[in-house]
Amino acid sequence: MPGEFVDQIFVAAKRWLLSLLPHAPDWVVQIASALLNIILLLGVFATLFALISVLERKILGRIQNRYGPNRVGPFGLLQPVADGIKMLIKEDVVPIRADKVVHFLAPIMMLLPAILALGVIPYGRNMTAFSIDGGILFFFAVGSAAELAVFMAGWGSNNKFSMLGAMRAIAQMVSYELPLLIVVLPVVMIVGSLSPDAIVAAQDGYKWGIVPRWFVLTPWGAAAFILFFVAGLVESNRTPFDVPEGESEIVAGHMTEYSGFKYATFFMAEYFGMFAVSGLAVTLFLGGWHAPIAWLEVVPSYLWFFAKLAVLLFVFIWIRGTLPRTRIDQVMSFAWKFMLPMAFTCVIAAAVWHYQAHGWAGWLSSLGIVAVVYLGLSRLLDTRRKFATRTYRFAE
Amino acid sequence: MNMSSRAERSVVEGPRDGTSPVIPRDPSTALGMTTRLDGELLEVSMGPQHPSTHGVFRMNVALDGETVVKLKPVFGYLHRNHEKIGENTSYLGSMPYTDRLDYFCSLTNNWAYALSVEKLAGIEVPERAEYLRIILAELTRLQNHASLLGFLLSDMGAWGTPLMYAFREREKILDLFESLAGSRMMCDYMRFGGCRVDAGPDWIGRAKKVLDAFPRFLDEFEKLLVSNEIVIARTQHIGKLTADLAISAGITGPMLRASGVNYDLRKVDGYGFYPRFKFRVPLGDHGDTYDRLMMRVLEMRESIEILKQAFEQIPAGPVMNPKVKLRSFRPPVGEAYGRIEGPKGELGFYLISDGSSNPYRYRVRPPSFINLTILEDLCLGHTVADVMVILGSVDIVMGEVDR
Repeated sequence: MPGEFVDQIFVAAKRWLLSLLPHAPDWVVQIASALLNIILLLGVFATLFALISVLERKILGRIQNRYGPNRVGPFGLLQPVADGIKMLIKEDVVPIRADKVVHFLAPIMMLLPAILALGVIPYGRNMTAFSIDGGILFFFAVGSAAELAVFMAGWGSNNKFSMLGAMRAIAQMVSYELPLLIVVLPVVMIVGSLSPDAIVAAQDGYKWGIVPRWFVLTPWGAAAFILFFVAGLVESNRTPFDVPEGESEIVAGHMTEYSGFKYATFFMAEYFGMFAVSGLAVTLFLGGWHAPIAWLEVVPSYLWFFAKLAVLLFVFIWIRGTLPRTRIDQVMSFAWKFMLPMAFTCVIAAAVWHYQAHGWAGWLSSLGIVAVVYLGLSRLLDTRRKFATRTYRFAE
Repeated sequence: MNMSSRAERSVVEGPRDGTSPVIPRDPSTALGMTTRLDGELLEVSMGPQHPSTHGVFRMNVALDGETVVKLKPVFGYLHRNHEKIGENTSYLGSMPYTDRLDYFCSLTNNWAYALSVEKLAGIEVPERAEYLRIILAELTRLQNHASLLGFLLSDMGAWGTPLMYAFREREKILDLFESLAGSRMMCDYMRFGGCRVDAGPDWIGRAKKVLDAFPRFLDEFEKLLVSNEIVIARTQHIGKLTADLAISAGITGPMLRASGVNYDLRKVDGYGFYPRFKFRVPLGDHGDTYDRLMMRVLEMRESIEILKQAFEQIPAGPVMNPKVKLRSFRPPVGEAYGRIEGPKGELGFYLISDGSSNPYRYRVRPPSFINLTILEDLCLGHTVADVMVILGSVDIVMGEVDR
């Protein structure tokens, strides 16, 4: 079957490459297999990073009524190459009073967890680089190391702006880690597994042959997906939550004292973090690599994954081009007053849905729970008395 | 002006040699903030190299966490000796220098200077020239306010999107300036006794077309601005300026009117032909950043009304008083203060003549500089992020502040 072959072409290619070592001991084959996975993962995501960085600039350009980069190569597609060369040949300035070791390690520490987190996401049928049973747990365990790296950068630079940025970053990343983790709980509860592969498998199939069984199409799943996406925006320090590097306020936050390729590494880490969070969102709520319509399953599964990823990344860029920045105290109060109660509501709604056998009754009652809590919270947190549009008087 | 920046470098009270603990002035009573137990404040020097201090402006800020407890503005990094040069140059020779004061609104600067020289020497201005001046001043106001809103939203972290749309409109107005005066920003267009050249027959038509397209941009901009929750939450109740403080500090322009004081020189002085025009003066009730923002939006709408009337009424005729000898200009002995309502506030030129070809004293009253002196009072108790938004809403151009 040709569709099957195209779908599994990378898996087959890897198997063939490993078959070139026929008499090697098991451990050699295992190391070779892992290395192949790592090389492919880094290659794909480095390319995606280059592509997205130029696409972001082009999309932002269009949003802002101008052309993006269009000088280097066809449609400016070679711009990342030029940028990379520029970054590499720039002088690497280290402040004389910086903590040299910490200052050097911070960008590496920042990039590492993002790459590690990418390893557990299933990119297609049988295409998980490192299929771990506790994959979701691993994702968050390494993901939370990014906070440490931000603080290392802020502290090691010995700069007041860096310090302020790092303080803000720690505050908001720790606060949003909580809702980010809790909205994953309902999915884990329903599936009964922490393995990303099992979660994707649970979203297989179509109700009445048409509607995919993605979790985003349930009331609790939709709410959890939106919460996850917002928390993901914060975790990857993107607008409107780019408070830690708030350019107009604290220059570049924790990256103020970085230049050249170290700065590029931070940039890369931010994008890899964005890929990881979006990839996990696709896995958890958007059905992973499953096709949205049954007869579209002829399209290879990895293409579906990357198509969904691209849509999410576009939304990231779109939001960046549209919204102004919030203030740190607003970000924090949003986390504790709204995100956290809503995240717990998702858990309860998912439980109700599950114990009413995923049927209509469960669908409606979980929708009711989410709606009641949402409306109640909106009523409680109503700021219209303080913040509202105004009318003005005129003197003749 | 605070030129002794070195003496002011340490903005926190108390010795800094480490022998005794730094104890800040207790801010909890006066400013409503909590006193930190360890009494440690962070001193940050924002600027002169900073992405959003609108040029080479510097603020020494003392922070308690993120809260501003003290702020000292430091000026003078762009000082270019404007006033002394004015005393060593002929009256006409100062005209191009006035373009460089507030380089966003060179035409209103021209007008203010021309007005004070005309007062000094008692020069009449032809009717068509007065109308052209009003048209150009209101076009300047439109482009200044539009780009201010763009810059302000950029300071708020909107990544330049509003700025680019504001600049699209500004570009059209600058094209008009270019075809009239030959330069987009450094127009050097007005002369005492009129204007340098007449507007061509198609210029008014083109200006009308630009004006007709402007309300659409303004509607869109206002809708996005007013209904955006983040903008509202970032600007309302931030940087409040009471009417009393505004009056005693000499604040003028939209900033004063946002605090609810009805003071517009176009109405008060009635210079030029402004009494002939029907327009309203918008007034704010809260005096916060949002009101200052909205003042600009509403003023742009009034400017559009003025421009519409001006395009209908503008008569034919000469644009220059033929009696004025620009080259060998020697006004009689005396002094004069001419002021106009610039986009940023009251812009005045004070001239003393000793009968020679150069002014004896040449003094500028810059609205940006005087509006900026109030910055500390606006920022105290707010966060670092708010400082930038407040600074953006004051509307400064360093060329005018430092001169």
